[in-house]
Amino acid sequence: MSQPTWIQLLTTPLDIARAIAYVSDVEEAGGVCVFLGTTRAERSRSAQELLALDYEAYSEMALKQMQQLAVEAQKRWPLLRVVILHRLGRVPISEASVVIAVSSPHRGEAFEACRWIIDTLKKDVAIWKKEVWTDGSGTWVHPQ
Amino acid sequence: MHIRVKFFAIVKERAGVGEVPLDLPDGANVAAAEAALKEKIPAIAVFLGRAAYALNREYVDAATLLHDGDELAVIPPVSGG
Repeated sequence: MSQPTWIQLLTTPLDIARAIAYVSDVEEAGGVCVFLGTTRAERSRSAQELLALDYEAYSEMALKQMQQLAVEAQKRWPLLRVVILHRLGRVPISEASVVIAVSSPHRGEAFEACRWIIDTLKKDVAIWKKEVWTDGSGTWVHPQ
Repeated sequence: MHIRVKFFAIVKERAGVGEVPLDLPDGANVAAAEAALKEKIPAIAVFLGRAAYALNREYVDAATLLHDGDELAVIPPVSGG
């Protein structure tokens, strides 16, 4: 039986407190694990400072994939609640582009599930980021 | 047959458009669509070889057969998170 999940793509800042509250609000929970991916300050080869990351998604496919990740994680670990939120559009330095939050009876499976969800999301989900530099130039990030 | 092809990220930027219609002979597969796209939009040819493809929002391989009305998407290496 699948447990409640909150899966969403948003163009506004991610509400981390609400994500934590969502996974915590279950009496059987003994461990909550949260991962935030944030925009890191960078300097380009031409000495430009990173202004922000611009995210784009194939939204219909990405949402379906994020749902499938939650379902698969629930098969692998005894999770009580799962939250997967990804922000689209411009994400300034230090703000979160992704929030993964899970709760489970014990901490071990919460850590493992959280790690697996973010690693798999980064590898498979149809979302892309573009680095936006202070001179106005942009660089798509497409790992080899 | 007539399909729609969606572009994202650098492929969309180079193509200058997010979606194109594509006419293919019946029985065409994903590899045939890729070849037709290279011819139709040379500016994205270099990216197509290392892209993945999604058919109706699921990853597929090059041998997968296409059907009239399909939505094919070119998925350059993803970088979410």
